[in-house]
Amino acid sequence: MAHTEWRDAPELPDFSLLKRLARDQLIFLLEQLPGKKDLFIDSDLMSPLDRIANVTILKQHEVDKLYKVELKPIVSSSDQLCFLIRPRIQTVKWISDLVNADKVAGRFRRYKIIFTPQKFYACETVLEEQGVYGDVTTDEWNFYILPLDDDILSLELPEFFRDNFLEGDQRWVTTAGSALHLLQSVYGSFSKVYGIGRCAKMVYESWRELMEEGEQRTRQPEFAKVFLVDRDVDFVTPLCSQVVYEGLVDDLFRIKCGSVEFGPDVTSSDKSIKVMLNSQDKVFSEIRNEHFSNVFGFLSQKAKNLQTAYDKRRGMDIQQMKAFVSDELKGLKQEHRLLSLHIGASESMMKKKTKQDFQELLKTEHSLLEGFEIRECITYIEEHINRQVSMIDSLRLLCLLSITENGLLSKDYRSLKAQYLQSYGIKHLLTFANLRQLGLLEEQQAGETLTVMESKVGKLVNDKTVGKLTDAFSSLAKKSNFRALSKRLALVPKSGEEYDLRVPRDMAYVFSGAYIPLSCKLIEQVLERDGWTGLEEVTRMLNGQEFAVTGGSSSSEARNKTDAQRIVLVMFLGGCTFSEISALRFLGKERGCRFIVVTTAITNSARLLEALLDNHA
Amino acid sequence: ICFVCANYLHAYIINIELYEMGWNLKDGLRDCLVAAAPYGGPIALLKAHNRRSPSARPQLEIFSSSGLPLASFPWKSGVVKQLGWTVSDDLLCVQEDGTLLVYDLLGGFKRHFSMGNEVSQSQVLETKIFHSPYGTGVAILTGALRFTLATNIDDIKLRRLPEVPGLQGAPSCWAVLTQDRQSKVLVANGSHLFVLDNTACTPVTPPGLSPQASSIVHMCVSFSYKYLALLTDSGHVWMGTSNLKEKLSEVDTKIKAPTKQMAWCRRPKSQQPSAVVMWDGLLLVVGECKETIQYHLDDDSILVPELDGVRIISGTHHELLQEVPGACEEIFKIASMAPGALLLEAHKEYEKESQKADEYLREIKEQSLLSEAVRQCVEAAGHEHEPETQKTLLRAASFGKCFLSNFPPEQFVGMCRDLRVLNAVRDYTVGIPLSHTQFKQMTIQVLIDRLVYRKLYPLAIEVCRYLKTPEYQGVSRVLKHWACYKVQQKEESDEVIAKAVSVKLADAAGISYSEIATKAYESGRTELAIKLLEFEPRSGEQVPLLLKMKKSPLALSKAIESGDTDLVYTVVMYLKNELNRGDFFMMLRNQPVALSLYKQFCKHQEQDTLKDLFNQDDDHEELGNFYVKASYKEQRLEARIGHLQSAVDEYYKAKNEFSAKTTEDEMRLLRFQRKLEEEKGEQLVGFSLHDTMTTLLSVGLHKHAEQLYKDFRVPDKRFWWLRLKALAEKEDWEELEKFSKSKKSPIGYLPFVEVCIKHHNKYEARKYVSKVTLEQKVKAHLAVGDVEGAAEAAIERRNESEIGTVLSRCSATTDHLLVERLNRAKATVAKK
Repeated sequence: MAHTEWRDAPELPDFSLLKRLARDQLIFLLEQLPGKKDLFIDSDLMSPLDRIANVTILKQHEVDKLYKVELKPIVSSSDQLCFLIRPRIQTVKWISDLVNADKVAGRFRRYKIIFTPQKFYACETVLEEQGVYGDVTTDEWNFYILPLDDDILSLELPEFFRDNFLEGDQRWVTTAGSALHLLQSVYGSFSKVYGIGRCAKMVYESWRELMEEGEQRTRQPEFAKVFLVDRDVDFVTPLCSQVVYEGLVDDLFRIKCGSVEFGPDVTSSDKSIKVMLNSQDKVFSEIRNEHFSNVFGFLSQKAKNLQTAYDKRRGMDIQQMKAFVSDELKGLKQEHRLLSLHIGASESMMKKKTKQDFQELLKTEHSLLEGFEIRECITYIEEHINRQVSMIDSLRLLCLLSITENGLLSKDYRSLKAQYLQSYGIKHLLTFANLRQLGLLEEQQAGETLTVMESKVGKLVNDKTVGKLTDAFSSLAKKSNFRALSKRLALVPKSGEEYDLRVPRDMAYVFSGAYIPLSCKLIEQVLERDGWTGLEEVTRMLNGQEFAVTGGSSSSEARNKTDAQRIVLVMFLGGCTFSEISALRFLGKERGCRFIVVTTAITNSARLLEALLDNHA
Repeated sequence: ICFVCANYLHAYIINIELYEMGWNLKDGLRDCLVAAAPYGGPIALLKAHNRRSPSARPQLEIFSSSGLPLASFPWKSGVVKQLGWTVSDDLLCVQEDGTLLVYDLLGGFKRHFSMGNEVSQSQVLETKIFHSPYGTGVAILTGALRFTLATNIDDIKLRRLPEVPGLQGAPSCWAVLTQDRQSKVLVANGSHLFVLDNTACTPVTPPGLSPQASSIVHMCVSFSYKYLALLTDSGHVWMGTSNLKEKLSEVDTKIKAPTKQMAWCRRPKSQQPSAVVMWDGLLLVVGECKETIQYHLDDDSILVPELDGVRIISGTHHELLQEVPGACEEIFKIASMAPGALLLEAHKEYEKESQKADEYLREIKEQSLLSEAVRQCVEAAGHEHEPETQKTLLRAASFGKCFLSNFPPEQFVGMCRDLRVLNAVRDYTVGIPLSHTQFKQMTIQVLIDRLVYRKLYPLAIEVCRYLKTPEYQGVSRVLKHWACYKVQQKEESDEVIAKAVSVKLADAAGISYSEIATKAYESGRTELAIKLLEFEPRSGEQVPLLLKMKKSPLALSKAIESGDTDLVYTVVMYLKNELNRGDFFMMLRNQPVALSLYKQFCKHQEQDTLKDLFNQDDDHEELGNFYVKASYKEQRLEARIGHLQSAVDEYYKAKNEFSAKTTEDEMRLLRFQRKLEEEKGEQLVGFSLHDTMTTLLSVGLHKHAEQLYKDFRVPDKRFWWLRLKALAEKEDWEELEKFSKSKKSPIGYLPFVEVCIKHHNKYEARKYVSKVTLEQKVKAHLAVGDVEGAAEAAIERRNESEIGTVLSRCSATTDHLLVERLNRAKATVAKK
């Protein structure tokens, strides 16, 4: 059951080194401003910072008080203010206002801004335009990567998605390139790099430039291959409801920076408990990748085992009891605590998720993926909107419908949109504009269904011309081509077959056997073929932009057998979901390799769509 | 005695003739201001520098160490007090008024700067130019008897040192020390000695200085700043450490005539202190013992202190005076039995084909000192200046090596390479008389720089290739310098130069074409610069120069190509200030990446600009969205509606009727909400249509809800759901029943059942079960907990999955018969 125990799994590199590096640099930066100081931290940096340096460490380096950046006037009596922020124009403007207010009040303080992971020119421009450039000192904390778990590295940049894919702002591209460069300089170079997507290509370019500028290091690589993938290559997967345990916990309770807060309904007491969710948690690590229908049974079996372990003490003599208390009891207690929490969580999950509503929701999703009974699905979505069931879920279903159907018919598009606006207000006109821009929710252009055109043309001319024509068409309208992709890559298993979720046979298990995540399938195919050959049609439908490069360490052929050759680094640009991670873990187990996931942030359907609402701009 | 030993007669000191000077000076070095750079650097001469008449312009001449002319030009600026060389072979001329002029070693003017107001007012009295790990420094004694000091002329930070107490006139002598990462000045005023640092003036006393001295007349600091020598008016030379904690020796020269110059002559790690003192016509080497070595000088000379000795330059000759290196002494000492000496002898016999070779060899081997012997010979070869001697020693070493297994070859091979390079640069035509010790200290990179400064590009490249220097520090760097020089040649056309540069640099790694282009631009050749930039592979590097050259469109597209958004921002912000608004927008329009970046910036900084941008593009859709967004920021309803009206106009222009109509609806809704708020006091403004209706229904304003339903074409289904929910919430079951019968429900009757169950009213729920359609019957029965009813319905419908659902709801308490019936029905259905 547990994925961690498979035979012959390659060792993963030790990523705690990255934390140490980040901590040392932060301490160095804090010491650059000697004396007592107040520290203001961007709210979304709080949790990541906590993983790197806790309050005690900060206090040791003369941080007096800690504040959260709230973009409001501040109350601080300190003469030195230090700001630890993401490079955002808004925050910098707020700081400039503070400085100017102090100036008016005739108050003298020292200000230091530490940008992480890097400084942007635009931020400095703001300082300059506000006339405080000379009053503040700025620095960079190159904290690019936070290891969330043994095999998950996060850039903790949720805004990457919106900035890059919606706003067309490519400033984070270099950040992603630098993160890869950091991994390379700490853990050695890669033998092969694959990627798909415009952003992936740019990230690779930026990384390559860093490689060329820096010194060449020849050391044993700790990863064999790197795969870069843009989130907009596959929007379907993150829009589906998650049903593996970890994904479900994320959907329901929102995992934040590797930890989750379980509310009173889970803890069965009157307070909330924060729990770290990673491979250190023995109970969690055994169930995280399981379909939730298996989890409850597993947990109760576990509880029984635990009881047996406790029961051992009956009939023990004093000596044995002493040994039991000192050796086992602590471990058992710990396990007991975690077990009860996870049982609580899965109970609350079952309560919510086995209800009729959820079953119907899943059924609709599966129908959409299969392209089956679309009319019924639309009726279902309509009802969902009309009853105001959930703002985000309705939107999610609409998007899923549009992507799988290559856009909505004009009539449906208008009526669904009008109904949605009636339910949730006209401000969502902006949301719809955003969704359309990203190709998530579109209106079909009357009378032209590309796939039909294409197949017609295909009969007349040879393949190559079809390719060109399709390119021309797809540049006209960004089409998702989901149906065709699904067919070609066999993403949706034949319906009607029984799928035993206890013994998964492919990656589809992460969606109850109904769908293999497109992103993961692509990775599987490319690794299998060692490149994109044979996938030409697929990449054409994904708007091309694929690449495969052989890296610097050419001698790697010789030591093909080392562990490192079986470790694959997958970087998701724009976020990845826990379901995808579970699917990759499964794939790794099947293929005798291991995947390390680097992502700009952990995402799920709610986060993805919330990023596209327009209330925060 | 062999021929090489002749020079070693003077115990510890060896005098090597480096060059016969190639220059032809009429009066030798008399009345000249002379500066010779260390490490065999160039020599600058300024004749008659003190002449103040404007008509007579002194000639400034620069020579190589071998006396070959490098540059010569008449001096047109003010009175020069001092000449000196920087670490990068630039000539520094200190003028009386405190201005410093910098020239390159070929006489090209580079820049000038001042040593501050105080210096220019009170004029320069004396100057010392010194080198430290921080670069080249200048210390000036002003007419006001104050010291001003700068540690690095490339990053001028002037420091004015504290006053020296009791100083009436110019101090008898002074020197600059570098200690504890700080530059200090050591000043002698009569017999008093002071150390000046940033903050204080501290009196110091050299330990054991002989008491008969009434004044210190000369002092010098060793190359490494570790040692200090003082000469007193009584003719005593005191030598000790520069921190004045330790005395090494004191020697009486018995000469009281005024000294011309004094310098340390010492090699690194040597145990013996020795200094050279120069008087008119006489040179004296003083050391640890009481005895001194005297040399007679025919001509006016100057001393140039080096890391491992002193160079003596006269009008005709150039010599190096140094302590005999250990290895050479061992080998060449008369009747030496050192292993190296024996090996040399053995090899000599071997050349003569004499069997004595074997005897010598045996002798060394018996003491198992053969590897030591080889090492000695190699090391000694390094110290020799004569190629013949070098060869003899290296051959001996090579011979010895034959009898050794496992002797590491690096030292021998390295030495052969080094010597080949050294001999090449020592050549008369090049004139850089480096010793091996100096060469190692200076490093190959610096040597290549020096060759480049002298424009000896082919030699520099040969050296790089020969020493296998990594390309980007070696050949590429030289080529870059060559190219920078080449682009300044005015007589050739742009095409020719660009072609020549690209051909030569084609396959060299790590070339920065932008640097070369910058040089071209600086010398006024913009077109050439652009041509050269085309070769630059990193587009990011091209941008700053393109901006400087005012080629903004090109700069912008290159910045975008680089993928570095910071760079794009740099260009965009530059353009914003440089161009008028219209042109600026036009340029952005053609560059979507830059445009979206700028939009991001405007979103936070300049909302209005954002509007202008959309306007310029006639992007009415975006303008509409812009106004909708703006409407949400307004508190006042009228302003809000105003924005929405603008949005409507824009949407119509964009031919987006849907959005326009929706926005009009919203305006209507807002007015309606406001009216009702005023009339009924319910908070409504800003709610969505759905929420408004929910509120109205919940407070019993059915009529108004109805009105909205009609006015806004709310679908029947939604309205039914709303009514249903509102009634159930109020538990108004009677009204609900009435409602259910008002007409045929568009949402079916299952929701009625469910809503009653949700409010725990099974009784009411049952009322609607019969109305539910066949497809939903099973669900409805199950919802009210009627398993039997559900079973009936399922069996009737012969639906396998429904039967299954019912079965799963059967518990132990249910009727066995029912379960059986169900199972049977299931089996029958399955068969079909």
